[in-house]
Amino acid sequence: MKPFTYERAGSPAEAAAAAARRPEAKFIAGGTNLLDLMKLQIETPAHLIDVNGLKLDTIEPTQEGGLRIGALVRNTDLAADERVRRDYGVLSRALLAGASGQLRNRATTAGNLLQRTRCPYFYDTNMACNKRRPGSGCSAIGGINRQHAVVGASEACIATHPSDMAVAMRVLDASIETVKPQGATRTISIAELHRLPGDTPNVETVLEAGELITAVTLPRPVGGSQQYRKVRDRASYAFALVSVAAIVQPDGSGRVALGGVAHKPWRLDAADAEMPRGAKAVAGKLFADAKPTEHNAFKLPLAERALASVLADARG
Amino acid sequence: MKFDTPATTNPIDQLKVVGQPVDRIDGRFKTTGTAPYAYERHDAAPDAAYGHVLGAAIAKGRIQSMDLAAAKAAPGVLAIVTAENAGKLGKGEYNTARLLGGPEIQHYHQAIALVVAETFEQARHAAGLIKVEYAPAKGAYDLAASRDKAKPAGTDDEPADSSVGDFDGAFGAAPVKLDATYTTPDQAHAMMEPHASTAAWNGDKLSLWTSNQMIAWSVGDMAKTLGIAKDRIHLMSPYVGGGFGGKLWVRADALLAALGARAARRPVKVALQRPLMFNNTTHRPATIQRLRIGATRDGTITAIGHDSWSGDLPDGKPETAVLQTRLLYAGANRLTRLRLSELDLPEGNSMRAPGEAPGMMALEIAMDEMAEKLGLDPVEFRIRNDTQVDPESPKRKFSQRQLTECLRTGAEKFGWAARRKPMQARDGRWLVGLGMAAAYRGAPVMKSAARVRLDARGIVTVETDMTDIGTGSYTIIAQTAAEMMGLPLQKVVVRLGDSTFPVSAGSGGQFGANSSTAGVYAACVKLREAVVKKLGLNAADAQFVDGEVRSGSRAIALGDAAKGGELVVEDAIEFGDLAKKYQQSTFGAHFVEVGVDAATAEVRLRRMLVVCAAGRILNPKSARSQVIGSMTMGAGAALMEELAIDARHGFFVNHDLAHYEVPVHADIPHQEVIFLDETDPMSSPMKAKGVGELGICGVAAAIANAIHNATGIRVRDYPITLDKLLKDMPLPA
Ligand SMILES: Cc1cc2nc3c(=O)[nH]c(=O)nc-3n(C[C@H](O)[C@H](O)[C@H](O)COP(=O)(O)OP(=O)(O)OC[C@H]3O[C@@H](n4cnc5c(N)ncnc54)[C@H](O)[C@@H]3O)c2cc1C
Ligand code: SF4
Repeated sequence: MKPFTYERAGSPAEAAAAAARRPEAKFIAGGTNLLDLMKLQIETPAHLIDVNGLKLDTIEPTQEGGLRIGALVRNTDLAADERVRRDYGVLSRALLAGASGQLRNRATTAGNLLQRTRCPYFYDTNMACNKRRPGSGCSAIGGINRQHAVVGASEACIATHPSDMAVAMRVLDASIETVKPQGATRTISIAELHRLPGDTPNVETVLEAGELITAVTLPRPVGGSQQYRKVRDRASYAFALVSVAAIVQPDGSGRVALGGVAHKPWRLDAADAEMPRGAKAVAGKLFADAKPTEHNAFKLPLAERALASVLADARG
Repeated sequence: MKFDTPATTNPIDQLKVVGQPVDRIDGRFKTTGTAPYAYERHDAAPDAAYGHVLGAAIAKGRIQSMDLAAAKAAPGVLAIVTAENAGKLGKGEYNTARLLGGPEIQHYHQAIALVVAETFEQARHAAGLIKVEYAPAKGAYDLAASRDKAKPAGTDDEPADSSVGDFDGAFGAAPVKLDATYTTPDQAHAMMEPHASTAAWNGDKLSLWTSNQMIAWSVGDMAKTLGIAKDRIHLMSPYVGGGFGGKLWVRADALLAALGARAARRPVKVALQRPLMFNNTTHRPATIQRLRIGATRDGTITAIGHDSWSGDLPDGKPETAVLQTRLLYAGANRLTRLRLSELDLPEGNSMRAPGEAPGMMALEIAMDEMAEKLGLDPVEFRIRNDTQVDPESPKRKFSQRQLTECLRTGAEKFGWAARRKPMQARDGRWLVGLGMAAAYRGAPVMKSAARVRLDARGIVTVETDMTDIGTGSYTIIAQTAAEMMGLPLQKVVVRLGDSTFPVSAGSGGQFGANSSTAGVYAACVKLREAVVKKLGLNAADAQFVDGEVRSGSRAIALGDAAKGGELVVEDAIEFGDLAKKYQQSTFGAHFVEVGVDAATAEVRLRRMLVVCAAGRILNPKSARSQVIGSMTMGAGAALMEELAIDARHGFFVNHDLAHYEVPVHADIPHQEVIFLDETDPMSSPMKAKGVGELGICGVAAAIANAIHNATGIRVRDYPITLDKLLKDMPLPA
């Protein structure tokens, strides 16, 4: 671990400004991802800005009839919130499918969105990894990649985004509120937040240097049957091989996002349009450009079957 | 005490304390954080500096240069140990690769430096500043690819080849036969407490607190590696947070702590960082196993053959996966062969039930497949081929063998009769299957010594270098001494894991419980004699009851014998050739119910039951705990555990507990353990055996067989992950 300095920010704008002053600064929220990565010298910030005291830990209704979730709301609290459980069941279920009770008590909404990949080569600093050391190569290609992306990947990186929560946020059309170092605020749709790896897998989101997430807002509830199905090698405390977040309306229309298959939560309008025609049609669209490896090709039929199972459950 | 004739009635048979389900003595200390582990000896070695281990970044080759300048200059750094400055080092008898590598590198993450600093963070930071240039060499990392080049290889206990009758002829002629190949992957011990040590020098004397299963072996290997006399080393391991065979020997943490402490002139502590735990240490090696079984149409085995291939570093040993096949089932024509390839992966070595654990994973699927071919119930097929004699030398009997009783009891308690043909049972989205397998593990014995002290308060203190690796040694040893001396448990103090104590069997091979308590038994027999003599009583009728010694009309408090000073005696149990005359083994039967998700092929366990016949159960509570732990580990082997090899770079890629998955609570359903009533007078005066490894043997195959029953799919390559099932599973309606 590289030695670092530490400060507590007094307000969101101050935090962003402080980050801009120190190019090697990082925000720290729950620390459940960042600290692990620092111990392994994968993340090497010289300065930490603690955002836990920013009072961004409440969930409020919005004027549009949705919910505004503070960036620092803990995963446990978000999953347990009555409004979330009632109107955004897919989000509550996705959160509870992630990590463990202890971790969820600590993990925050913003931190969860920005958690980094679980590619094992990213975790081993002896190995080439374009995400960790740009230009060094990708060890996962041609290596152990059973967990990796089947769609939207590049020659530079085939990592997946590991979050469960983000997949539910994606199917709910959440948007991200931020404040930039100079004090300007903006709203980014969750579809835009995460990038595909392309040639720069080290750049994972559209956030600018020092840009702080202050909240995530959910639009008005859309009703429907809201399902989250996480498929994994053990019954708990494991990242998804694939996960399915789906909202199915009584008329069979709906939306679906997949986790564990791409560098970001994977959702396509063309696939949503196929919902009434069933899992095969939807998967056909979601995976139209899929390029699986020998070890992870099983994710294609697996995702389709998991979706079929979710649709069957939704129909009751 | 020499044990060379079958045990007769002795004080242990009273079973006032022994055989009772008493709580573990160390349980309270461990759960309240008051049991000091090797890394926490602030009491004994205050002011210890911290060591951080740097592992090699290549699997094979040489270090060309190592630039320590930046690390040396980093804040807080006290010393840096490398092969270049460590002085001449030997290699332990029980180590295959050197514990401190360089310039030659033998495997990935082999330790190449220890940075010692004032704080853990400083040591870690400085270790990251060391610049190493390597000249990598080509290595061999693929067992399957090296199979044709593998050579016959045995071990001290197991020949490379065994053969009886005419296997080829009988197999060729058998009307029903199976020829199938199975694979088991490399597995990690993944124990909770990593390898950890604190070392302090006093002149030329080394005090080493280390997490270790075998004190005397480890003193020997430390002495050999450091090139000092054994009596210069005081090794202590009173509490161990799990070992599973990974701590049978000293590892890099112990050696580097000693070298670091010498260099820094200060106590130093070292815990292997979790990411090093998978490539720096030992692991259970992968196997490829071919099983051939031939039988008559009525299900009598006429030919049984087992070939096993495994790999290890040069001078390493094979995984003896054919062990059980020589002894478990009858059959006139037999063949087993062990083949070993040289691989440059980290060192393969013992992990819980080495040999039988992976061997039973293959053999017991093969038995299920044979039963299916024969149209026989798998329980009946096994019973039909049970034997009371060593099938290779029929004059040699088993000392006790209740395999059939285990199978029948288990079948009845589990409701085996309700099992249907494959793919017939469904519960909502779950395809339900039942599976079973036999359990088998040898019951070796080892010489074991103990010292017992009696003081004037009537307290008996036992001292032996036996270890308690979470198994319950403290407790069963206390129970043994209490029974022998006629005391309640509270009047016995047990001190373990210290090289100044008499040499015990240690913890391994499931020989620890029986051997170490037998050693305590021997010492207590001697103490009883000393007490009787001291009190001037008649040895023939003296009884040790309720803290008193009674003889004729006299009853004297036990402590009175020590009024003139503590009574101290020492003895060892030494085993004669009963173990050669009789085959001593433990047996069991596993029954499992699984659900397989019809859509995703996720496998979830629903019920597990095992029936064990393993001699006298010294403490049903701690024994049960050992068995359910074994079953859990077996479930991991069946469903998820696999060290993933990157054959380009030659290392285990999934080297942390997020990527190497072991079962969590949600994976483990209700587990039931039944112990058959058994005493084995051939095994020791305790009439006990061991159970700590029996429980893992066979369970993975029972799960595989249950998955087959649920889905109709036979997977022969462990672990049985959903991707191996999915392609053959029809889409649910
Ligand atoms: C053992 C283990 C198992 C896990 N299993 C799962 C799982 O199954 N599913 C799952 O989804 N997740 C899982 N996780 C990941 C977990 O959900 C994340 O670690 C957690 O959500 C991160 O939140 P945090 O607040 O601790 O983030 P931190 O670690 O504090 O921060 C993470 C990143 O976000 C940045 N950041 C934090 N807050 C802000 C902000 N307001 N604005 C801008 N940037 C910010 C930080 O700079 C850092 O880069 C697991 C984690 C562990 C350790
Ligand atoms: S997949 Fe991405 S994260 Fe993994 S090694 Fe390749 S570049 Fe790095």
